[in-house]
Amino acid sequence: MMELNVLWFVLITVLFTGFFFLEGFDYGVGGLLPFMGRTDEERGMIIRTIGPVWDGNEVWMITAGGALFAAFPHVYSTMFATFYLALFLMLVALILRGVAFELRGKADCLCWRRFWEGCIAFGSLVPSFLWGVAVTNLIAGLPINENMHYLGSFRDLLSVYTIVGGLTFLTVFLFHGAAFLTQRLGDYGLMLRARAYALKTGAAAIFCFVLCFVLTATKTDLFHSFPAALLLVLTGVCFIAAYLAMAQGKFKVSFILSSLAIVAVSCSFFTGLFPRLMVSSISPAFSLTIDNACSTPYTLSIMTVAALVMVPVVLIYQGWCYWVFRHRVTGKDLKAH
Amino acid sequence: MEALLLSRWQFAITTVYHFLFVPITLGLSIFTALLETCYVRTRHPEWKPVCKKLTKFFGTIFLINFAMGVVTGIVQEFHFGMNWSEYSRFMGDIFGAPLALEALTAFFLESTFLGIWMFGWDKLSEKAHCACIWLVAFGSNLSAFWILVANSFMQHPVGYAVNNGRAEMTDFFALVTNPYVIGEYSHTLFAGLATGGFVVLAVSAWKFVHDDGSREAFRQTLKAGAVYMLIGTLGVMGTGHMHAQYLREGNPMKLSSMEALWETENPAPFAIVADINQDAGRNDFEITIPALFSFMLYNAPEGEVKGINDLQKEAAAKYGPGDYRPDVTGLFWSFRIMVGAGGLMAAIAGLVGFLTFTGRLEKFGFVLKFLPWLLPLPFVANSVGWYIAEGGRQPWIVVGLQKTAEAVSPNITGGEVWLTMIGFTVIYLLLAIAALYAALRFIRRTKVIQTEGRNG
Repeated sequence: MMELNVLWFVLITVLFTGFFFLEGFDYGVGGLLPFMGRTDEERGMIIRTIGPVWDGNEVWMITAGGALFAAFPHVYSTMFATFYLALFLMLVALILRGVAFELRGKADCLCWRRFWEGCIAFGSLVPSFLWGVAVTNLIAGLPINENMHYLGSFRDLLSVYTIVGGLTFLTVFLFHGAAFLTQRLGDYGLMLRARAYALKTGAAAIFCFVLCFVLTATKTDLFHSFPAALLLVLTGVCFIAAYLAMAQGKFKVSFILSSLAIVAVSCSFFTGLFPRLMVSSISPAFSLTIDNACSTPYTLSIMTVAALVMVPVVLIYQGWCYWVFRHRVTGKDLKAH
Repeated sequence: MEALLLSRWQFAITTVYHFLFVPITLGLSIFTALLETCYVRTRHPEWKPVCKKLTKFFGTIFLINFAMGVVTGIVQEFHFGMNWSEYSRFMGDIFGAPLALEALTAFFLESTFLGIWMFGWDKLSEKAHCACIWLVAFGSNLSAFWILVANSFMQHPVGYAVNNGRAEMTDFFALVTNPYVIGEYSHTLFAGLATGGFVVLAVSAWKFVHDDGSREAFRQTLKAGAVYMLIGTLGVMGTGHMHAQYLREGNPMKLSSMEALWETENPAPFAIVADINQDAGRNDFEITIPALFSFMLYNAPEGEVKGINDLQKEAAAKYGPGDYRPDVTGLFWSFRIMVGAGGLMAAIAGLVGFLTFTGRLEKFGFVLKFLPWLLPLPFVANSVGWYIAEGGRQPWIVVGLQKTAEAVSPNITGGEVWLTMIGFTVIYLLLAIAALYAALRFIRRTKVIQTEGRNG
């Protein structure tokens, strides 16, 4: 069945998009943490806004990776071997972040707590940057040969375009995190500080995004796809609108718009890639596509049944989790835990 | 050093590290859920606050451990593609599905509901909150199933066909009902109970000795932990025995290597110790119990067990020239260490249970003082157990289909793997120390105070 591999391209897009939207604000909040939180209590409140949900959000990334492995094993294999050292760096960052959330509160001494807060920040900023590098590398193309092997090195992954891409993701996620904080914090002073950081990071993000937009147009073939180009323009529109809403104090609108911007850029990127999953800069014939890199129709159909059953279930209980913790975080929440 | 050897070391180090924490997650999640169920359902009002405090106490230890388990686990998911891309390419059609299902059905469940459990004490009803930790326990133990389905395929391929230069899934039902999985999964579940139980026992013993106010509370967890651990260790032995019997057809080379049985014998003896000479294909010295190995495998002191040398000849005939024998010395001693540690753990559980239930704890208090020092036992057993599982499969990465030497990523250099291997090892070590420090500090400082009313 030809359609199943198209369906799985869409599903993987959905999984990665969900991941960018959810962990986008986790990364943003984590990255802002040591700067925005001036006291131990403030930092405690900031952490508490994502405390119940960050781990469940991270599983979106794990599922996206697993789905990639299951549906497009050649892509998983080539991609993960290609990005070897970059992934190692991302793993180190995520390891530190994950443990830091748990260990931070286990001692009273400020140096212990600040150290782990630093780990949360490192573990949020580095992955944000690296995801931008990865995404731009994929759409720009990498030296992959006819055996689906990467012929480059770690240094080849860093070019002007990919660094700009990394900085774009980083600053957009920081804005997204700040916008998220305006929705989740109950302390008014902290909320206003979130707005201030949102405006700072948002301005940087717009600058980076414009650069990224231009470089995407000149260095990749994303604009050959009209829907992809449109989505990228939509990203810019949404993000600028989010920035303006934030400036005017319309926090909820701002967060919705930054969310839409992230969804739009992710969809733009996948649409521009389609039907490829990894572009070869050596020859288009060597690119990994939904046809030459996919699993058997049998495996795809098993996975489809599993996804159709499980994804709605997951959405329901994760949604319930957000509803349970819908109230804004105040100092009182820190005493309860 | 070349990328293949270093990648093997890296995978071994990261897997063993991951599996230091996983059995605690498996066992302690269920135990914490049981504690909270006691809290919700106890008919003795004076025990209610104590049960709640105990739930939070062991729950916090569980949480610290869970964090380490998760972060070391993410590395594993990435690892297959990073260092073993050619394995992933060859196996992906089959291996990817259980991994994706593990994330979809188990990881989402445990991570989401653990977040709710951690922060939701005041936001949910007692019953709903308790249900959360049960879902975490269920999710964790379910994730073990999926990854072991994947590993079992590597040990004993079923439900597949080789097409297009790779292994392709032809029967999902066969994949998940692989007889290898039944042994691996049940054995792992009980190992979780045994490890979790020992953690409970060791912590409770320390608190009983050092924290007078909480003594009565921890007397109860000593009882519960002893029973829990006894169930775990007896289950580990039973399932291990069953799985070893299955290995007669499942992987006879691994089985005979665990025994350093070089020549086919009927009945086959069990060697207690042996000076193994792998090059010569014999044991230079051994102390054996006649017919015991056959008895263990056939439930009767008679039955042929193929020797390593004959299995090697068969494999060479089937697959071409090559050395199809794993590291016999390593497997032989790993097996004895594992069984010895497990037996000792069962004895400890039995002893502590006996002392606690018959009210002799105070008289034999030195046992409790000594107990925490024995806590490394389950970790030793779990680690050598995994060495048997994976080391015993060599030189195959998928038995009969792909050799480990063919599986490594072609584009990574030895230098890159040195960097990442040292990086992971150092970070894991530092984090383990930090986590242990945090856990010990928490255990020492937390008071779980008995309320008035219950007579000891």
